[in-house]
Amino acid sequence: MKARDMQRGDLQGEDLEEYVKSRVITTTLDKAVAWARGNAMWPATFGLACCAIEMMSMVSARYDSARYGAEVFRASPRQADMLILSGRVSIKMVPVIRRIYDQMLEPKWAISMGACSSSGGMFANYAVVQGADKFLPVDIHIPGCPPRPEALMYGILKLRNMILNDPDLGWRDQYAAHGTEEDERPWKAGAIPVTRAGTAPSDGRLLADNGGGNHPTVEAAELAGEMAAVEASTSAAAEAAAAAADAQRPISDADEVIGAQGTHHGDDQPEEPPSRAERRGGRGAWGQKGSDDA
Amino acid sequence: MPDAPGLELIAQEVNTRHDGAVLGTSFDRGQAALIIDPDSAAQVLGYLKEAPGQEYSFLASVHAADYLPKEPRFAVHYELLNMARVERLRVKAVLADPGEGLLPEIDSVTEIFPTAEFQEREVYDFFGIVFRGHPDLRRILMPEDYVGFPQRRDFPVGGDPVIFTNTEDEVPGWTR
Repeated sequence: MKARDMQRGDLQGEDLEEYVKSRVITTTLDKAVAWARGNAMWPATFGLACCAIEMMSMVSARYDSARYGAEVFRASPRQADMLILSGRVSIKMVPVIRRIYDQMLEPKWAISMGACSSSGGMFANYAVVQGADKFLPVDIHIPGCPPRPEALMYGILKLRNMILNDPDLGWRDQYAAHGTEEDERPWKAGAIPVTRAGTAPSDGRLLADNGGGNHPTVEAAELAGEMAAVEASTSAAAEAAAAAADAQRPISDADEVIGAQGTHHGDDQPEEPPSRAERRGGRGAWGQKGSDDA
Repeated sequence: MPDAPGLELIAQEVNTRHDGAVLGTSFDRGQAALIIDPDSAAQVLGYLKEAPGQEYSFLASVHAADYLPKEPRFAVHYELLNMARVERLRVKAVLADPGEGLLPEIDSVTEIFPTAEFQEREVYDFFGIVFRGHPDLRRILMPEDYVGFPQRRDFPVGGDPVIFTNTEDEVPGWTR
């Protein structure tokens, strides 16, 4: 039953409470949280190579990523939401990057900026990791050598759309990494009585789950969109409403990956880095032809 | 830069002090090089640094090369500079490959030129040449648990195989 078809008195007492909790409040809260997260993504102060120059100019007056809240480069990973891998990743740097990423608080996102950190780029050699997603869950891959600041901003806006439209589709979902959290936080465990619509474990993906026309969560999304539109006094709120209206787009649209090669979210498990023996063994199985002659 | 006759004079001088130390000379594109026996490398460099008339007191660089498949396989290059005369002299200590599982060895020159310490570590890191008497011989650029010496010519280049459109038919399991 859609909310706009209901008559006063159709639901009473606890039923009404339950209805309101499940249909209105939770989705609005999720949207508000996602809106706040998506519009204040603070990157960690972390440059790897020449891409870092472009990353630095992104916050300058000419490009001004402060327009969407990504300008505050935090010197501590504890305060950062986003790690921009700006340059080639040498194998000696991997433990450092991994530690910085692990020190960041969730929710956290990683952007692989440029050809080198996405695929190794031109550094197909013994010292450079061939793609940062071998040791880190990467949300956005940005092509370019180096990408211009506009390209980086476009990638950040893609990530922002991902957060706004599909707040719970973080790296734990993409990489099937649930159950690896450090601890159970009390405020997560029900201190705030929040009930969610639906019973499926994926019910966090309210706004992107469009499996069928009569799905109740789609209705909830519409409702949230209406409410947000009423409150739309700022352009940002209007964008949130537009995002809610877009909620029926399929999931694969929401976490679209820039670039042709970096489709990582199809894998259930992150790819294991090659063992040292494999790496010394040289080329992959199918590439052996002719390589031994050299 | 000593000219070709000057290089021969230096070679003779060194050979009179340290018999058989100089194996040969090379003068190529205006660059003079002494090719020496690795066992007397430290003595030769000490002589070239201190002896009156030589005084190559500045070690500009230490590096190595892998000449595979030539024999002897390795060479450690010392680039010396006399700053008063602005003369450069290259000293090559040629090293044979001692065989599977063994590393070639040469005396360290850190006693004579302290600047050689990090550069010898780098040579050890990339070529696996051991410097006897080095105060702290360990890897400097590669991770300390790295296996192998990546600048040797028989070390695989590395990298991942990439599917190109002209080779994708050779990839097992790949379908259009």
